[in-house]
Amino acid sequence: MRFTKDHEWIEVDGDVATVGITAYAADQLGDVVFVETPAVGKSVKKGDGLAVVESVKAASDVYAPVTGEVVDANAALSDTPETVNQSPEGDGWFAKVKLADPSEVDALMDRDAYEAFLATL
Amino acid sequence: MTESLLRTPLHQAHIAAGARMVAFAGYDMPVQYRDGVLKEHLWTREHAGAFDVSHMGPAFLTLNETTGDPDADHRAVSAIVETLVCGDIAGLKPGQLRYTLLLNAEGGMVDDLMVGRPHLMARQGMLYLVVNAATKDGDFALIEAAAAGKARLTRADDRALIALQGPEAAAVLSLLIPEAGELGFMQFRRFELHGEGVVVSRSGYTGEDGFEILVPAAIAERFWTALLADDRVRPIGLGARDSLRLEAGLPLYGHDADATVSPIEANLAFAVSKKRLKAGDFPGAARIAAERAGELRRLRVGLRVLEGAPAREGAEILDARGETVGRVTSGGFAPSLSAPIAMGFVPPLMATPGAPLQVVVRGKAQPAEVVAMPFVPHRYVRNA
Repeated sequence: MRFTKDHEWIEVDGDVATVGITAYAADQLGDVVFVETPAVGKSVKKGDGLAVVESVKAASDVYAPVTGEVVDANAALSDTPETVNQSPEGDGWFAKVKLADPSEVDALMDRDAYEAFLATL
Repeated sequence: MTESLLRTPLHQAHIAAGARMVAFAGYDMPVQYRDGVLKEHLWTREHAGAFDVSHMGPAFLTLNETTGDPDADHRAVSAIVETLVCGDIAGLKPGQLRYTLLLNAEGGMVDDLMVGRPHLMARQGMLYLVVNAATKDGDFALIEAAAAGKARLTRADDRALIALQGPEAAAVLSLLIPEAGELGFMQFRRFELHGEGVVVSRSGYTGEDGFEILVPAAIAERFWTALLADDRVRPIGLGARDSLRLEAGLPLYGHDADATVSPIEANLAFAVSKKRLKAGDFPGAARIAAERAGELRRLRVGLRVLEGAPAREGAEILDARGETVGRVTSGGFAPSLSAPIAMGFVPPLMATPGAPLQVVVRGKAQPAEVVAMPFVPHRYVRNA
């Protein structure tokens, strides 16, 4: 698993990356009450909005950590948005993106680097 | 930046309780505690929530010279405030509190506030006022100008103002201040607690039964700790305070009302005294009379978002054909309804429950409909 400073994670399997938000981010957001996932087939650039998570109080963007095409979205979150809190780094994933440039992954933080980053916040 | 923020007498207690603090109206305030907004909201609806609202503006307006005739003194101090508000202040009974509106010359809302007449005969010629946090300096300046030479305004915002709200609030408060449970809705009294005077009103802004308690700073933390020691009480942050008042259909000044919005437009006609409207003796009375007679351009309504994401402040409201007809002034997810709700202004013709509208969220038009407010029924205790 790799991480961004915006608290997204990705897990790469072949040329497809699953994207979600970290446990830290889910805790900061509080109870998630609505999730908007991207349409399958949508092209995203690294840094584009990929999904939106909403708490009672506010809407927050989830950014694409990598460039590529959305090949799957977690439709279950529309009925059970609380999964994002219960399993942020598992069943609470948002989308799967087919990597346009696998080398983008190397630029992301590994778990140790992300933990070190969290310690600075 | 945070060093310039004001702190309430309960600031240290919030930090110790693990509150997440945010800047609000110049104060460093708890937006939520460890439970989070959703659980805090539901807890208040089921049990009792304690809110630090010390950032608000409690004050006392006292005649410089009283005559000793309690009714004459009350009328005299009321006459000062009535030059600024549309409510019947002179008609308050001893111990009664009223929600009223501070208006500008055009009948626009400068603020909404509570005005109370003391219960004790010895204190007639005084009014208890509570104004909003973000507007308090301006409000107090207006009141002081109106009172010049006749009465003095004493700010009480160095004290703690604590709201205790929810179906178990009365049982909890009665253990600390036994007589408080005898208050009816919108009544208030001064009680003794730990040798200090506290002002307790049966009021609040959540739609639940509850109290607002003005406590001297010296005993604020002791009182707060005593409330929280009761298993039925949890501390509730400003996040849940906002979602609770939204479900209760209550407007938030600066969002659902501002200096351009009249009481009629804001759907607060109940706060315009019929007697005073007939006399036409408050700022903007002519506009309000015209609006009541049908010259109304917009009305604050409640909206249910039927599909899609919560529509938040600023979201466009469209009619069924897609024409823009207004904007959402506050909105979010309603924890008690598990659905998105909003308030906003629409033309009066579209202001009837069931009227089909749309709200635009992130470029997408989503179906919505006008619904009667409150979204969640009020549970005020009318006769204690």
